[in-house]
Amino acid sequence: MNVSHEWLSRFVPHGRDAAAIRDLITAHVATVEGFERLRADLAPFVVGRVVESERIPDTKLSFNKVDDGTGTLLDVVCGAPNVTVGAKYPFARSGTTVPPSAKNPAGLLIEKRKIRGFTSNGMLCSAQELNLGEDADGILELQTDAAPGTPLLDVLPLGDVRLVVDVLPNRPDLLSHLGVAREVAALTGATLQRPAELASLPPVSATPVTGAREATTAGLTVRVEDAADCPRYGAAVIEGLTVGPSPDWLRACVEAVGGRSINNLVDATNYLLHGLGQPMHAFDADTLADGTVVVRRARAGETLVTLDGTERKLDPAMLVIADAKAPVALAGVMGGRDSEVTARTTRVVLEVAQFGPAVVRATRRKVGISTDASYRFERGIDGAAVPEMLATGAALLAQLGGGRVSALLLAGEAPAARAAVTVRPARVGMLLGEPVPAAEIRARLESIGFAVAAGEGEALRVTPPSWRHDVSREVDLIEEVARLRGFDRLPDALEGARPGTVPDHPLFTAYRRVRDALVAEGLLEVRPLPFTSGRAFGREGVRDDLLRVRNPLAEDEPFLRDSLLDTLARRAEYNLNRMQGDVRLFEVGTAFTARGAALPREEHRVGVLVMGARRPVHFTEAQPPAYDAWDAKALAATVAAAAHPGAPVELVPSEGAVLWRIQVGGVVMGEVTRVALDAPVWAKPAFGIELRLGEMPSEPVAGRGAHAHDSAPSRARSGEPVRYRPLPLTPAAEFDLALLVPDAVLAAQVERVLREVSGPQLERIVLFDEFRGTGIPAGTRSLAWRLTFRHPERTLREKELEGRRAQLLKTLEAQLGVRPRTA
Amino acid sequence: MTLSEFLASLDALAAEAPARIEAAADLDAWTEVRNALVGRQSGRLTDLLANLIQLPKEDRREGGIRANTVKVAIEEALEARRLALAAAAATGGPALDPTMPARERWRGAVHPVSLVIDEVVEIFRELGFTIALGPEAEHAWYNFGALNFPPDHPAMDLHDTLYVGDEQVLRTHTSPVQVRTLQQYPPPVRVLAPGNVYRSDPFDPSHAPMFSQIEGLVVDEGVSFADLKATLSHFARRFFGPTTKTRFRPSYFPFTEPSAEMDVQCGVCRGAGCGVCKQSGWVEILGSGMVHPAVLEAAGLDSEKYTGWAFGMGPARTAISRHGIPDIRILYDSDVRFLDQFAR
Repeated sequence: MNVSHEWLSRFVPHGRDAAAIRDLITAHVATVEGFERLRADLAPFVVGRVVESERIPDTKLSFNKVDDGTGTLLDVVCGAPNVTVGAKYPFARSGTTVPPSAKNPAGLLIEKRKIRGFTSNGMLCSAQELNLGEDADGILELQTDAAPGTPLLDVLPLGDVRLVVDVLPNRPDLLSHLGVAREVAALTGATLQRPAELASLPPVSATPVTGAREATTAGLTVRVEDAADCPRYGAAVIEGLTVGPSPDWLRACVEAVGGRSINNLVDATNYLLHGLGQPMHAFDADTLADGTVVVRRARAGETLVTLDGTERKLDPAMLVIADAKAPVALAGVMGGRDSEVTARTTRVVLEVAQFGPAVVRATRRKVGISTDASYRFERGIDGAAVPEMLATGAALLAQLGGGRVSALLLAGEAPAARAAVTVRPARVGMLLGEPVPAAEIRARLESIGFAVAAGEGEALRVTPPSWRHDVSREVDLIEEVARLRGFDRLPDALEGARPGTVPDHPLFTAYRRVRDALVAEGLLEVRPLPFTSGRAFGREGVRDDLLRVRNPLAEDEPFLRDSLLDTLARRAEYNLNRMQGDVRLFEVGTAFTARGAALPREEHRVGVLVMGARRPVHFTEAQPPAYDAWDAKALAATVAAAAHPGAPVELVPSEGAVLWRIQVGGVVMGEVTRVALDAPVWAKPAFGIELRLGEMPSEPVAGRGAHAHDSAPSRARSGEPVRYRPLPLTPAAEFDLALLVPDAVLAAQVERVLREVSGPQLERIVLFDEFRGTGIPAGTRSLAWRLTFRHPERTLREKELEGRRAQLLKTLEAQLGVRPRTA
Repeated sequence: MTLSEFLASLDALAAEAPARIEAAADLDAWTEVRNALVGRQSGRLTDLLANLIQLPKEDRREGGIRANTVKVAIEEALEARRLALAAAAATGGPALDPTMPARERWRGAVHPVSLVIDEVVEIFRELGFTIALGPEAEHAWYNFGALNFPPDHPAMDLHDTLYVGDEQVLRTHTSPVQVRTLQQYPPPVRVLAPGNVYRSDPFDPSHAPMFSQIEGLVVDEGVSFADLKATLSHFARRFFGPTTKTRFRPSYFPFTEPSAEMDVQCGVCRGAGCGVCKQSGWVEILGSGMVHPAVLEAAGLDSEKYTGWAFGMGPARTAISRHGIPDIRILYDSDVRFLDQFAR
């Protein structure tokens, strides 16, 4: 909502400057998010002080030294007779554009130039050149203490200021100067009044013809088909009009709120919309077939060319104004081109109506336009004010167009009286944190038009005014009291509070653990968008089993991912495209699995993608090794332990792109994979990990209006505590086994035999070497383990170890065909 | 061998030993010197002590005492030299150029938006808040109806919604977690709910279709607007600095009443007005308000008995202004060169 400070001041003579009004409205009503001086064309002008001045012989010119605050005195040639040393004038530096004026109809760009051999670096300006008055006889002397270089706009109280008020959907009453003025009056104590241009209008002599659904007078019939769509429809017939340019005051109003002056009649309707909040529309009465206006739903197949020249296809969800034959306007949204007021118009039908918010909203959404009128109808106008608005509007148009109001018609009924709401002063005090006297509550509410009567006990019975659609509960009134009193005046002492009953969500604590573990491993956290195209490198076609957004922003990414690695792979490709081959990313986020008509299954997961150098280059290692499957395996174990502390983690070998499945407590919770990327040849292989942290349920907790406090989950710490094992008192003994292992035999099989045969004295077993090549028969590899044994009570003897070694070799050969590697 | 011969040899050794010990330039040389002097196999002192037995019986005692004095002196000198050499070896020595770089590991980084969330969470933890979460794909009722949005009302226009089914939305704010939490747990409730939210906003330098939000909720008996102001102002001072000024302006959210935006005084211009604060002197930080009784009722609570307050803020906005990031999309691109700037 654009508010002109001058126009507002005609509604409420508050005597404050625009900045004070801005602060007042922001603090108590709605945020003023824009503060625009309408003479922005003068923004580049500054205060200049003449330091020296001498006549240029044989001319009317003077050669001057001007201080413009930059520290360097400027040479300026001036043609004015009144240059005075020491005086201050509006100054245009070179590069400034002087606005179009009577003196310079096309405007003027000030540039450095030579005049009679003297250099001039700017211009001292007259009032006329700045459109500040008619005085062209000399430059404008400024009566100011401001230093040279100060912007001119800071020195002169110039023109109007536009306040851009962010009116939120609950307060349509603020969508007019009248509405904002009402608040300003309440806050300043100034009196709300009708501006002179309205107060001076002659009264309309015609008496309205009324009817519940239909009203007829000579030359015009108004009929409303459905009162829900249009509770009230007023029309005025105004004759003998002359369409022409608007008077200056009207043009100024229209332009001050950002509009464009069109003609006296159209500008008048815009004045009423922005001034009083009542959208109005003027039809050329001679274009209405049979002098009939019908408010009805559009019929299938009907069309209408609107004012913007677009042909609109209509349907029965839309409300239209029709004449006897066809629609002539989209009700409450936009007029039709064929019934528009033109230069030849002499007789108009002025529509002053209240349309139903829902039908206007439906209509404007279907046609895809929003107008000043629809914006107000959607949010709700003051229905009770329609008769008065009709009379005011008709009188204004008649006066501006030099015509006569020949008829007023009014179909529909006044809105029902608003229900009173009880407010208890004690409740006000409780909610705001300090007592508020009943008298103050009463005074504040009355100041903005609420009717207040005594209720039971201390309570007050408050009836909201017809323009307030947002007040139906006690708390709505408490808000009014709080904001008028001022939020900044309310107390703000930090008081004690009871601890809450809600335990930390385990998925959040899991996120923190996993994140800390991965950051410690040198990985980078990402927070990418979870949308996906459903395509992947190395896979044909688009997946059709993903959760689809019905109204996606990007048609090429209409799905929500069901895998974090899908997202991470695209992010890795993004990095590869920027020549970044060392990629080590992780994300903790949500994966969505479509579940038919039910909400999708949501899982919190961690995804990891690593590729390229395992660590930065160092002079001891010019080419650090790249991340490989074993790094990924270790990271997977780290992540799984952090995600599910205390649970046993096992990495089970798998097939194809999946290297291992991650089992946590015996359940598969994730996997370690090779990641296929659309990658350049220099890129190293990528490895991925995706692990479930847990499901985020989306079923309703309880029915609507109900709770499930009896079934609140209690959350115990997970995992068994570590049990202490006695520290050893006896020495350990160890030996190495270098074995020739046939390719068909897995390391895990050998290790299982080693463990089984060794028994409980085996303390540790480490695979420390793998070798193929010289000296190793084809079809086998050499694997070497170091085994550490310890007897709990005594030192193991050399002989015992020898025997154990022999037994191990014998069993390995018998069971797996594995033999010792001989040097 | 006579005593005088024995003592002469001993004195000669005692005189010679200190210079030899000092001359040992490194630990290897020291070992050689030690072996030469007191080594078990062929050390000079060891050999000398072996001669003790050849002395006349009455002289052995004196010879022994004198020999032991020399032995202790040599051993002490050896040990002092060893310590000196070991200390010298530890500080480098000629083979190591200490100006060369350390062997680095990759340093990990927490995403800048997560850093802001962490800070907010830490501050509210000090005030006894715990963490609640909820689903991102939501029933329209939790996202709108339970939060007192009038059906088909312009208030919905502020929440351009992405739909995944009939009456199923990607939540447009974290406020549904308010209702889920209140349904699940009895008051007092003091929770913070960080999470991702979705809007049908095109991806541009200042908008993203998905972003994170932090919701806060307090519900108990006797909770007032003064508690809201006090707690949020306290938060602002902890987050932005102890002298931070706050102001509260009237606003509108269907699920709070009274509703207020909290601004902090612009840290760039200190309230004078500048480009960062659009000349207003204030920067908007969060939306807040007293929980609307209709929301408490939707969660099955007695709105006469319980009151509460709530707030919501966008950590991404704080992150981009704090780090001077010119385009919000950089937060989502996942470029390692960006993320590495936050390594620690």
